Amino acid sequence: MKFTLSWLHEHLDTEASLDAILEALTRVGLEVEGVENPGEKLNGFRVAKVLTAEPHPQADKLQVLTVDTGAEVLQVVCGAPNARAGLVGVLGTPGAVVPANGMQLKVAAVRGVESNGMMCSTRELELGEDHEGIIELPADAPVGTAFSEYAGLNDPVIDVSITPNRQDCMGVRGIARDLAAAGLGTLKPLDVTPVAGEGAGPDVRTDDAEGCPAFFGQSVSGVTNGEAPEWMRNRLTAIGQKPISALVDITNYVMIDLGRPLHVYDRAKLSGGLVARKAKDGEEVLALNGKTYALTSTMTVIADDAAVHDIGGIMGGEHSGCSETTTDVLIECAYFDPEHIARTGQKLLLTSDARTRFERGVDPAFLEDGLAIATRLVTQICGGKASGITRSGAAPTDRRIIGYDPNLAETLGGLAVPVSRQEEILESLGFTVEPLDNNGDPCDLDAVDALRVTVPSWRGDVEGAPDLVEEVIRIEGIDNVPSTPLPRVPGVARPTATAEQKLERKVRRTAAARGLHEAVTWSFISESEAAPFGGGAWTLANPISEDMKVMRPSLLPGLLAAAERNLKRGASSVRLFELGRRYLADKERLTLGIVLAGSRSPRGWQAGKAQGFDAFDAKAEALALLEAAGAPVANLQVMGEAGDVYHPGQSATLRLGPKNVVAAFGKVHPSVLKAFDLDGDVVALELYLDALPARKASGFMRVPYTPPALQAVTRDFAFLVGNDVAAGDLVRAVKGADKALIVDARLFDVFTGQGVPEGQKSLAIEVTLQPGEKSFTDADLKALADKVVAAAAKQGATLRG
Amino acid sequence: MTTDLDQLRTDLLGSIEAATALDAIEAVRVSTLGKQGSVTGLLKTLGGMSPEERQQTGPRIHALREAVSEALGARKASLEAEALNAKLASETLDMTLPVDGVPAGSVHPVSQVMDELAEIFADLGFAVATGPEIEDDWHNFSALNIPETHPARAMHDTFYLAGDHATPMVLRTHTSPVQIRAMKAAGGNKPVRIIAPGRTYRSDSDATHTPMFHQVEGLVIDKGITLGHLKWTLETFLKAFFERDDIVLRLRPSYFPFTEPSAEVDIGFTVINGKRVIGGDPTKGEGGWMEVLGSGMVHSKVIEAGGFDPNEWQGFAFGCGIDRLAMLKYGMDDLRAFFDGDLRWLKHYGFSALDVPTLSGGVGA
Repeated sequence: MKFTLSWLHEHLDTEASLDAILEALTRVGLEVEGVENPGEKLNGFRVAKVLTAEPHPQADKLQVLTVDTGAEVLQVVCGAPNARAGLVGVLGTPGAVVPANGMQLKVAAVRGVESNGMMCSTRELELGEDHEGIIELPADAPVGTAFSEYAGLNDPVIDVSITPNRQDCMGVRGIARDLAAAGLGTLKPLDVTPVAGEGAGPDVRTDDAEGCPAFFGQSVSGVTNGEAPEWMRNRLTAIGQKPISALVDITNYVMIDLGRPLHVYDRAKLSGGLVARKAKDGEEVLALNGKTYALTSTMTVIADDAAVHDIGGIMGGEHSGCSETTTDVLIECAYFDPEHIARTGQKLLLTSDARTRFERGVDPAFLEDGLAIATRLVTQICGGKASGITRSGAAPTDRRIIGYDPNLAETLGGLAVPVSRQEEILESLGFTVEPLDNNGDPCDLDAVDALRVTVPSWRGDVEGAPDLVEEVIRIEGIDNVPSTPLPRVPGVARPTATAEQKLERKVRRTAAARGLHEAVTWSFISESEAAPFGGGAWTLANPISEDMKVMRPSLLPGLLAAAERNLKRGASSVRLFELGRRYLADKERLTLGIVLAGSRSPRGWQAGKAQGFDAFDAKAEALALLEAAGAPVANLQVMGEAGDVYHPGQSATLRLGPKNVVAAFGKVHPSVLKAFDLDGDVVALELYLDALPARKASGFMRVPYTPPALQAVTRDFAFLVGNDVAAGDLVRAVKGADKALIVDARLFDVFTGQGVPEGQKSLAIEVTLQPGEKSFTDADLKALADKVVAAAAKQGATLRG
Repeated sequence: MTTDLDQLRTDLLGSIEAATALDAIEAVRVSTLGKQGSVTGLLKTLGGMSPEERQQTGPRIHALREAVSEALGARKASLEAEALNAKLASETLDMTLPVDGVPAGSVHPVSQVMDELAEIFADLGFAVATGPEIEDDWHNFSALNIPETHPARAMHDTFYLAGDHATPMVLRTHTSPVQIRAMKAAGGNKPVRIIAPGRTYRSDSDATHTPMFHQVEGLVIDKGITLGHLKWTLETFLKAFFERDDIVLRLRPSYFPFTEPSAEVDIGFTVINGKRVIGGDPTKGEGGWMEVLGSGMVHSKVIEAGGFDPNEWQGFAFGCGIDRLAMLKYGMDDLRAFFDGDLRWLKHYGFSALDVPTLSGGVGA
């Protein structure tokens, strides 16, 4: 919301400086977004009179002028055809900067003749488009005066951000009222004398009491719709509203001045009376913005016998708008229901200054006065004769009454404010404050000093006591609220993190410690990126782009895309992880995703060639991070069905129990890589953290343990098995051969080739045996070896000879 | 005899000294102290001597044996040391050759700042609460006193989810729906102190806005909580977060449908060496205000929607951009880079796994 300082002074009688006003605006909650004085860029431009004009000796099109600046007489070279002796215009003196081109004026010779300034055109000063000649001011314009002063341009434009609750401050007067309450002067009275019209009012009525509870109208005949007066045009221009014609400008002016939207119809273009009614499905209207809108039966419109002329409270129709030929007008001052306006505006995707005000709730008690002011401006500016007033329906003007306990200023607002001061503040904002006699008052309150506060009609946002506290606090000064320590539980702060949060932290920092970089990628991906992962369960109805359309079913697409970007940028090794949610149909699931791409280790003087990642790197990360997550890693089963995203022969799932998949890992399928524009070996994994069993809280005490006195011994076994036997199954069997004495079984060699029969492989396993009370005898060791071989035999393994 | 022994001693010690290899030393040892050695031979002559002779010559022969044995040992040690030195010298490697480091990973600034927030607020008695990001219209709007036709909805640039749902589903536009969920979880009869960090979404994309960003919500519901408590909490939090005691806040009355009274909070910055530094009083010297938070006393309708009796319970809430906090504290200037996964950026702005925020060490890293 923009307005100028002089405009504010129309409503506020104040001596306060601009800075004081700006400071107060922000302090009371009308945040100043900017302030700009258009006069400042006209520094150095003065009203000056041309005394003589002689032809330039060297140039046909130039003249040499002597110009009176009020202080001295200067010689100026000028090329304008209208430059002549006696002309009063605008002179830019040396040092001034021409607004249109940023050029700084200086004393210079023009074709050999010294020029001490420049006589300016409208366009050069950015005051209009005219560049045919220099500005011609009235002959009595005071020579020597700063031009910005003379032209009334020395008027700072203030831009404040109005929060949606403060419709009353979407008019300059409302802002003035807040400033007056804040102690910056007094609110001037508003002249609302109605224009005494003649004859009957226009034929207007409302048939839609819900959408348009009140429709007031007054006609003015015999108007001339020329330019609005300069003061009005200047103000509108200053705040960025382009002046159009007197009638249009008047409606805009009243809307910005008083927050009261109006509409003016050209009566010549209407057939019959105007009715506020619900639109009929299929009706259309060409609005003032040049677009045609299809209307539905939930929308309130203003129509005559022939057509719809206005999307009620949102935008007028092109057809019945005013033009320079308009002579008879009908001024509409109506009240539209905020909710109806909001729904219609949302449906039509149409915003306008009127909608912004109506949907926030304009003052329902200001129809009569608003119409009076509008009609007066029309008759004063455009002439003509006013009709009587037609009033159809009534706006909801019941004023809200709130029982208010003034202690709330302290018990809710944190600031003790004397009751008398609170009354003063509320009254200065237009509230009526009376003592509350607890005698059947509807807002009965059990409090000492309770007040009965009547809310002014323009403050529909004030609904209850907390709103009154806000009014008191913001005017008294929210900065005065003293900081009050939050009560704290005695002693050291208690831990608050949940098991899931602790798990998340552990996994994240373990991943980072293992050389992985944490990325945060978009939760939404494209449909094509989601497709290999089974597609997304959730699609946005209004995505910002096709690339951000479905909620990710996996963390891998975002990471693969990030890996691709990094490799394109020249990264040699990409190790990325993300800890976030997958958005599945049933639930958002906490997941860790990892992508490893490029080289695992670079070429080096020790290791030789660069090494790529393989599926076992993914497995290693999965196991390490599951261990960090507190999963019972020893119980994990390596199984298949990692999904189509992975290489079918180099991928697996890790499960706790046959159905509970806690991780999937492997080499990424070449077709997925292709889809992400990746090549080379890329491996990936996901940990489904929400599938991990909750850890039982067992207190801090560990299971008792004493390191065994006797040293462990190791024995190596080499087995021959069929190629299709999984090494993991054999190791598990060997380890299980004697649960008490075998503490570890580690596979250390896999061999096929010479000495190993076709179709078989040799697996070498180191078994660690831990003696208990006494050392193993040869017989003990023999027995254990037999057990191992027997267990292996069940897996189809034979001891290699 | 005397002269002979002296001469022998000189000869033997000379030949030991002259030996340049271990085998030469061994040869000298055999020829002197060996079974057939010259010194061993002299020792054997002691048995045939008279007691007087033995008393006179014996010590000298023994001394000779000692001297030879010592010289042999010393020369052997010296030769061994030389040999070892020569071997070591031959094993010299270029110690300027590079070594391969273990790849270092990093924690994203957003995660780091979330951990910092959790740590600070834990000390103030706040737990961390979470909620769904695909949220129903009621939790995201209606329960927060934002009815369908409320103008504030338009400010939210909401993403809607396609399809038929019992209630319209949206991507949460703020972390405020967690307020409702946390209150509901508390059952309407015990105090609530939570922060709720997480992803939030608005269909807005330009240089300073991304369609996904992070917010942290704070909520206190209790008895007798006032705007003064809110002010203190925000001051305390921001002082701890920026680890500066000279943090100055400016509260501006504002409007949020879910709080009443409401305030926006600006943090003061000062300009030092041409750079904006959080902290200091901007009204004294060069500086200004930056908006960092929205806050207010929880609206009675919201307290009610959360299952509490607004006549008995009141409290405050605040919301703040986590990405923005990170930028202000650690100096990143481009929000879009947060979500790109660019390793160069992550290595530069990310945090070590061991940078766990603690109160004793300071939460910042």
